[in-house]
Amino acid sequence: MNVVVCVKQIPDPADPGSLDPNTKTLNRSAKLILDESDSYGVEMALQLVTKAGGGEVTLVSMAPNSEVSGLRTALAMGAAKAVLVSDEALQGTDALGTAKVLAKAIERAGEADLILTATESSDGYTGTVPTQIAELLGLPSVTFAKEIHLEGDSAKVQRQTESGYDDVESPLPAVVSVTAGVVEPRYPSFKGIMAAKSKPVDQVSLADLGIDPATVGWAGGGQEIVEIVKAEERESGTIVEDDGEGFQKVVDFLAELKVI
Amino acid sequence: MAVSKIWVFAEASDDGHVSPTTLEMLTKARSLADTVEVVSKQGNDVAAAVGAHGATKVYNVSGVDNTLAGVPLAAALAAAIDGGNAPDAVFLATSYDGRDTAGRLSVRLDAPVITNIVDLQEIDGGLAGVEPVFGGTTNVVTKFTTDKVGIFLIRPKSFAAEESGGGAAEVEELSVPDTGATGAANVTNRFVEEQTGPSLDDADIVVSGGRGLGEKDKYDMVEQLAKALGAAPGASRAIVDAGWVPYSYQVGQTGKVVKPNVYIAAGISGATQHLVGMKGSKNIIAINKDPEAPIFSVADLGIVGDVHKVLPKLIEALQNR
Repeated sequence: MNVVVCVKQIPDPADPGSLDPNTKTLNRSAKLILDESDSYGVEMALQLVTKAGGGEVTLVSMAPNSEVSGLRTALAMGAAKAVLVSDEALQGTDALGTAKVLAKAIERAGEADLILTATESSDGYTGTVPTQIAELLGLPSVTFAKEIHLEGDSAKVQRQTESGYDDVESPLPAVVSVTAGVVEPRYPSFKGIMAAKSKPVDQVSLADLGIDPATVGWAGGGQEIVEIVKAEERESGTIVEDDGEGFQKVVDFLAELKVI
Repeated sequence: MAVSKIWVFAEASDDGHVSPTTLEMLTKARSLADTVEVVSKQGNDVAAAVGAHGATKVYNVSGVDNTLAGVPLAAALAAAIDGGNAPDAVFLATSYDGRDTAGRLSVRLDAPVITNIVDLQEIDGGLAGVEPVFGGTTNVVTKFTTDKVGIFLIRPKSFAAEESGGGAAEVEELSVPDTGATGAANVTNRFVEEQTGPSLDDADIVVSGGRGLGEKDKYDMVEQLAKALGAAPGASRAIVDAGWVPYSYQVGQTGKVVKPNVYIAAGISGATQHLVGMKGSKNIIAINKDPEAPIFSVADLGIVGDVHKVLPKLIEALQNR
């Protein structure tokens, strides 16, 4: 059972950076970390491989620079190796471009039985990359998985819906996106962290993957930011310290709104 | 109008109720384009409601109930578009099936998707989408630079739905080309989770709890308060991820976008993820012990205090009224 997990290295959400008004890209001055949303896919992959009794977990990722700190976190959790597409031309790449690059990187990672992703990244949150990758690779996909069971060459998945969930069965290989919170991502052990330092990270350029740089990045996106504007802010309200009677303020406010 | 035709991806419940977001998108679409048409896997069920909101035609993709909608719908749409029947834009809701369909369609058309849209504008004869970033403090306006069909993923509750007075839309079958291996995932069972009381979608009051509650059992306080107010209970992503309450309770960027008359946030710090889903509420009350919590920046009334002390007194006071 070989599982490929797509992971993204993002700016620390506690320090989200800002949009550069000139280049209209995100200023990522701070160090990049593993997107927490992806840690669930990594954990799920590790558990599935263990359950299957063999195989390995390979990470694929892309970045406009050769950043690997987020990948090392996932390697320390137990992934065997990583493919990192690193190319300056990736700056400003949109979801479709990202999917094109990751699809090629997945092919380079070798024969995969299952490809896992998060449902969306915590910084771009487009949520379209999983099905875009699947369509590019000609594979079935099951999005918003709460549970995955592998049986022979098929996957049984509980897929979140608006009103509950669906049981979905898909032949492998397939692309499955997992929702946050479905498993408890392990903390890397000291041993894991040390081992991760020497695990192979296959750094490749767009040229190595046979991708024309003009099809990715800002130029390849087919879209343009015309304006960045400050959103209308809510007027600030009344903030009071609870002196034991704070609840009364809430009751009064609700009464004023005539909802009680 | 420079935009001549928009297709809206219509979703409906199993019993044929058209989703509110579908009607919201139709209302916006008809203010932007001369012709608004609908694509649905329940074309016959939705024809009357979408017609009443301005759609003149429904393209029905039938026989796909046992599969995930994204693959066959995207294939059918792409085939129609490649066959020469192309709209200027396709609007889809930021829903499970909406996202699946948008992703698949974008690859088939080799066209990008503009996501998380809360508003649309016409710029230089084309459509541009408005997307909030950084927790809604900044809006980014993006337009397409190619002449391909524009795919927009639109957030729920971005527009108010209004009827146009139109009659039922004409239904036309759209065939699905062979989707090969991509269409091999099948739905074998559907489960509907029981829900009591008002739903997050249409409750007048929503009471949400977060990590500040401290432990799973304390979510009881949120449910009691919700019950006392006839409100829907909700939750932040943190406690959904922690397994305290089901995903269907989640208010935020992922999860439900709510715009009730009154929103009460108890023990929620107000991460970007959460603010995006509730800051459109008419009145916001926040209770949190950290005076620096971002939730207070959007609150009309903020109580800096311990939810374990404030909530029980609040519940008692309401029960005694």
